[in-house]
Amino acid sequence: MKRLTRLLSIMVVMMSTSVFAEYEFNMTEGVTSVSHGIYGLHMMVFLVSVVIAIVVFGAMIYSLIMHRKSKGAVAANFHESTKAELIWTVVPIIILISMAIPASKVLIDLEDTTKAEMSIKITGHQWKWQYDYPKEGISFFSNLAQSSREVIRGTDAERENAEHYLLNVDKRLVLPVDTSIRFLITSNDVIHNWWVSDFGVKQDANPGFINDAWAKIDKIGTYRGQCAELCGKDHGFMPIVVDVVSKADYKQWVAKQQAAAKAAVASATKTWSKADLMAKGKNVYNTNCAACHKADGSGTPPVFPAMKGSTIANGPAAAHINIVLNGKAVMPQFKALGDSDLAAVMTYERNAFGNTGSVIQPTDVKSAR
Amino acid sequence: MHGLIMVFGAIMPAFVGLGNWLIPMMIGAPDMALPRMNNWSFWILPFAGSILLSTFFMEGGAPAFGWTFYAPLSTTFAPDSTDFFIFAVHLLGFSSIMGAINIIATVLNMRAPEMKLMDMPLFVWTWLITSFLLIGAMPVLAGAVTMMLTDRNFGTAFFDATGGGDPVLFQHIFWFFGHPEVYIMILPAFGVVSHIIPTFARKPLFGYSSMVYATASIAFLSYIVWAHHMFLTGMPVAGELYFMYATMLIAVPTGVKVFNWISTMWRGSMTFEAPMLWAVSFVFLFTIGGFSGLMLGIAPADIQYHDTYFVVAHFHYVLVTGALWSIIAATFYWLPKWTGKMYNEFLAKIHFWWAVIAVNVLFFPQHFLGLAGMPRRIPDYSLQFADFNFISSIGGFAFGASFFLLTYIVIDCIRNGKPATARPWEGAKGLEWTLEPKAQYHSFNTPPSRKLIEAESQNS
Repeated sequence: MKRLTRLLSIMVVMMSTSVFAEYEFNMTEGVTSVSHGIYGLHMMVFLVSVVIAIVVFGAMIYSLIMHRKSKGAVAANFHESTKAELIWTVVPIIILISMAIPASKVLIDLEDTTKAEMSIKITGHQWKWQYDYPKEGISFFSNLAQSSREVIRGTDAERENAEHYLLNVDKRLVLPVDTSIRFLITSNDVIHNWWVSDFGVKQDANPGFINDAWAKIDKIGTYRGQCAELCGKDHGFMPIVVDVVSKADYKQWVAKQQAAAKAAVASATKTWSKADLMAKGKNVYNTNCAACHKADGSGTPPVFPAMKGSTIANGPAAAHINIVLNGKAVMPQFKALGDSDLAAVMTYERNAFGNTGSVIQPTDVKSAR
Repeated sequence: MHGLIMVFGAIMPAFVGLGNWLIPMMIGAPDMALPRMNNWSFWILPFAGSILLSTFFMEGGAPAFGWTFYAPLSTTFAPDSTDFFIFAVHLLGFSSIMGAINIIATVLNMRAPEMKLMDMPLFVWTWLITSFLLIGAMPVLAGAVTMMLTDRNFGTAFFDATGGGDPVLFQHIFWFFGHPEVYIMILPAFGVVSHIIPTFARKPLFGYSSMVYATASIAFLSYIVWAHHMFLTGMPVAGELYFMYATMLIAVPTGVKVFNWISTMWRGSMTFEAPMLWAVSFVFLFTIGGFSGLMLGIAPADIQYHDTYFVVAHFHYVLVTGALWSIIAATFYWLPKWTGKMYNEFLAKIHFWWAVIAVNVLFFPQHFLGLAGMPRRIPDYSLQFADFNFISSIGGFAFGASFFLLTYIVIDCIRNGKPATARPWEGAKGLEWTLEPKAQYHSFNTPPSRKLIEAESQNS
């Protein structure tokens, strides 16, 4: 009901142009040369279509009004005209060629990734993105933000309160402005598609193959996108958020990430208390495992077994570490997570939900790799 | 599953049914050529359909990878019920191929001896060409699902890169079937509309032979444009350019058809009974779907449109207000010939306006949703998409409800309709209208004469 009233109020003010700014009717122009090119083509083809529609539908409507029996129209008997048929074959061909030329130019430009100054590797997983900065040695996962995940089955009001519902992540991709960036896109399981419409980048992530795309972003800001290829149950829940920052800020961010990575390596060698592991593990579990095994450990049988009372979570540590590291059937491998994250999440799985398994330390994970 | 049921369970059987009923009457034949094969083709359908639907009740759930069932989501990562899905698709393919063989055999062998190919009504022409598309495309689909089957159960790796395969190979095979498939669903619709518009404009069809040639060229082009569904799979730029140009070329013969229909209306003497209303709105709405199709064909722009609601809007404009519209138009147009009775024109007009408004409320906002960036096939969306989705839902329920009225009109016609004359439409041409008001099981036991064929020909 609330939505209905809001809708009616929108319809009332629909006439004013200010609404158009708020309500997206059209494609975004975006912030890269590629997205500008695409937008230009889109508007050109759209306007050509509108002009053709006015001519064709105009003739048709005129005929529908004027040539009706109730108006006393008498049917003519013509049914052929080579001249007319030639015209409406040749004219569309000319129009099509005039559209194909600019379209080819944009296409050739957007496929040319040779001028890139840096590369980012993007890997799709069911159902999260992994970003690698190969030169800088940074690697992390980007998951749907908890604030969105918690209210997927919530009320309308709860979803409205969640910040950028379904378009928010726990860790954003950070990119420098005014830099030609090449995206190397692949997948770990099924086909995903990395799409940020403001960049004009949408490319399939195929398992076993690497696709590329590029962008040179003109404007500092935050840009949001989503997976655009059906990839299973949580296809709608793996958004993309990119922070585009100044080159100086980017350098700082890289340095910070590298320091954090070092600290993580250091923390993996020490022995953790069970309480610390459990606290950290709960976060890691909710981000990485809860989509299938559920936050309360009940799972979604028969495909995704329950954690509660699981023979693996209550059994020997080695088997548990093996399945989490290497995966099995639809269970993905989690090698890319750090030793301390993995130790924490397995300790959590072994001791939450009424389970009574042993504690796993980061060093155990490290030696099992 | 929605897509599969609509494609294989609604649109295609409806057109095959129309073809089986109308083609013998239109070519002066007593009946279809191969009754046993026809029977088999028909009875496979309910069984294949039941197998497909039964997957909803299986452990692990029904196949959940869309009608395009891209590997590896449909192989390594799919529920067990997928094997039932594969079997059902095989059966549906058998059924379609046998239906197609029967139509080719009927048209080429059972045609009245005095009827030349270029005398044939357009519905027969479009179905003949469609049959060849079916025979060409269906085995390719069968190949794709067979490779899926062996990938899933027998350790092959056609679509698995870790075994030397390629998931994109699946998409090439699928769309080599899939693109002709969409023309399988629209060519007979072109045929239907080419019958209805001349009738109610009381004027011969404009450009009969160019209609035939346009249909044949669309059929040919449909085999060489498949990868325009795959612009984002990482094709080389030369491939993308070729598929973009070939795709844009389809606009030419399709445009010829639209221009011919409008020229048929031009300076006619039109009345707007229900079949004509459906046919005219077909020309309008299908052309809108054609424009969005042209936009999608521009490869760089497709980067932004691909897998969004813009695509959903596009193919519903061509398949619902295209294919389905023509099926409803054909139902009203030939209902008197099937039942010997007239339907209620007043109710039929109400039904038309109800459906045509509802369908646009349903699908037009989806263009905006797609351009604003809403992906397809997502279970929930971020809040800026909520309002257009709400409008679309209202249209969806209204459109769905309109089918109750359609059902009532048809039942009412069968039970209480006033008796129809042999030729209930003033301007109608075609051999079927020379038969008694309610066509018998065997229509032409003696073939029609040359004089009659010429008098009823669309190619006058």
